[in-house]
Amino acid sequence: MYPHTHHQTNQPILDVQNLSMRYDGQFALEDVTFHLHAGERVAVVGPNGAGKSTLFKVVAGVLAPTSGTVTVSGSRPTSHVCIGYVPQRAHVDWNFPVNVADVVMMGRSAVMGAFRWPTKRDWSHVHDALDTVEIRDLAKRQISELSGGQQQRMFIARSLAQQAELMLMDEPLTGLDIPAQEGILNLLDKLQKQNVTVMVATHDLDQAEKYFDRVMLLNHKLLGFGESKEVLKPETLMQAYGNRMRLLDANGNLMTLDDACCGEEEHDHA
Amino acid sequence: MLDWLLEPLSYDFMLRALAAGILVGIVCAVIGTYVVLRGMAFFGDALAHTVLPGVALGYMVNNGARDPLFWWALGTAVLASLGIGAISKNARIKEDTSIGIIFAGMFALGIVIISTVDDYAVDLSHFLFGDVLGISNSDLILTAIFGGIVILLVIIFYKEFLTLSFDPVLAATLRMPVSLLNNLLLVLIAVTVAVSMQMVGVALMVAMLVTPAATASLLTRRLWMMMIIAASIGAASSVVGLYLSYYLNIASGAAIVLTATAVFIVVFLFNPRQGIFRK
Repeated sequence: MYPHTHHQTNQPILDVQNLSMRYDGQFALEDVTFHLHAGERVAVVGPNGAGKSTLFKVVAGVLAPTSGTVTVSGSRPTSHVCIGYVPQRAHVDWNFPVNVADVVMMGRSAVMGAFRWPTKRDWSHVHDALDTVEIRDLAKRQISELSGGQQQRMFIARSLAQQAELMLMDEPLTGLDIPAQEGILNLLDKLQKQNVTVMVATHDLDQAEKYFDRVMLLNHKLLGFGESKEVLKPETLMQAYGNRMRLLDANGNLMTLDDACCGEEEHDHA
Repeated sequence: MLDWLLEPLSYDFMLRALAAGILVGIVCAVIGTYVVLRGMAFFGDALAHTVLPGVALGYMVNNGARDPLFWWALGTAVLASLGIGAISKNARIKEDTSIGIIFAGMFALGIVIISTVDDYAVDLSHFLFGDVLGISNSDLILTAIFGGIVILLVIIFYKEFLTLSFDPVLAATLRMPVSLLNNLLLVLIAVTVAVSMQMVGVALMVAMLVTPAATASLLTRRLWMMMIIAASIGAASSVVGLYLSYYLNIASGAAIVLTATAVFIVVFLFNPRQGIFRK
């Protein structure tokens, strides 16, 4: 239980080669190849069911790919405990009998090791993580009593307590009001200063363009990966969204209108 | 009043029943916390019923001797829990459907086996509804040992079971042995079913697993506190139920379950968090 693998610092933090994932003969992901460097901040965009959640689960080592390889700092994701997965809020049982500190402490499980109970050091990690995401005052709050933005901060704190170096956030901004979204986006700056590599699945192309170093456009295949102005071009976007999108050329801004925008994202295969 | 409380204690069978009732009440409630949180009530009910053919077979093989029955119950429960766990992963039939098929089939098989014995009604009712007053010293010792093991493992793997139950994806990214832990939990439920069989019988077992834990879930929002409150309710229900059974001359297992149910209803209606009649 709980492996500890040394990171090879000369390797990219994440290297994905020819990754394919098939369910019942259908490609969820097809021949995806890319790599990330430590401290990068990447937005993953694409229509519903494009395979974003699947990609994250394969990268996290939760699902095994049909073919291809995923390498995290030089070794298989399943040998690492430093990959943080921030779940979609809709997939969480908010009535579970735990408070905020309990949830963040779960992230310490691997660092603590089996047959161990939290020590003072673990608690100070938990409190530091809560300080970073600015919800320390909510440590003893029941999780059912949190706002959407606070829920998201709690899960980011849990990844911090896990000492995650690669964080995968599945639609962290969906369903949040604008101030809460901005709060989370500001947090990403803090994470970058700590050299945490972050991949964020999002629907919002504007935010992807504004706040992220690189943008990945995914619809089963990798349709584009690079600086936003390279990727978020009408031609490539049409490829990804097809007729689910309309382009509005108001002041030169791109907008997508994805009919299925706010429904349940992707099938849960885990 | 004091006499009323003390009189049943002058009987050895009552003392054994009380001790067994407290043990079983605690163990069922603690493991039942996970049964409730993970939505496994139907699994627990099915598992208890699935034990019947094993116990019936042991009963026949040993010519009606009671002492070996615990081991037959334990073996059947562990096998059935892992079997149901494996079969319910089959994606072609829905989990509750496949559990339903196995559980009814095994239960029928158990009744068929017992019905081959002459005058089977009495024995069958003991298996179905428990026979706490017939608990022997050796039963009591086995209950204590195996119940103790269940509690110990729940404590040892507290953070793992907690994490796995709340967020299986996190458990996987922390590289916990997810399927091993899931199977361990199934086995712990199976052991609990085996130690509780003589107390409440297979038909009412699920109540001991879910009722105290569900009551506790209305009163607290911390897992460990939920376990403590559930265990207290479980143990208290056993004691109160046994006294009711003694003085009203009613079936003991059913009296215990009804007590736990009454506690649930009161808490459901009046608890300070979301009770219907809270002030």
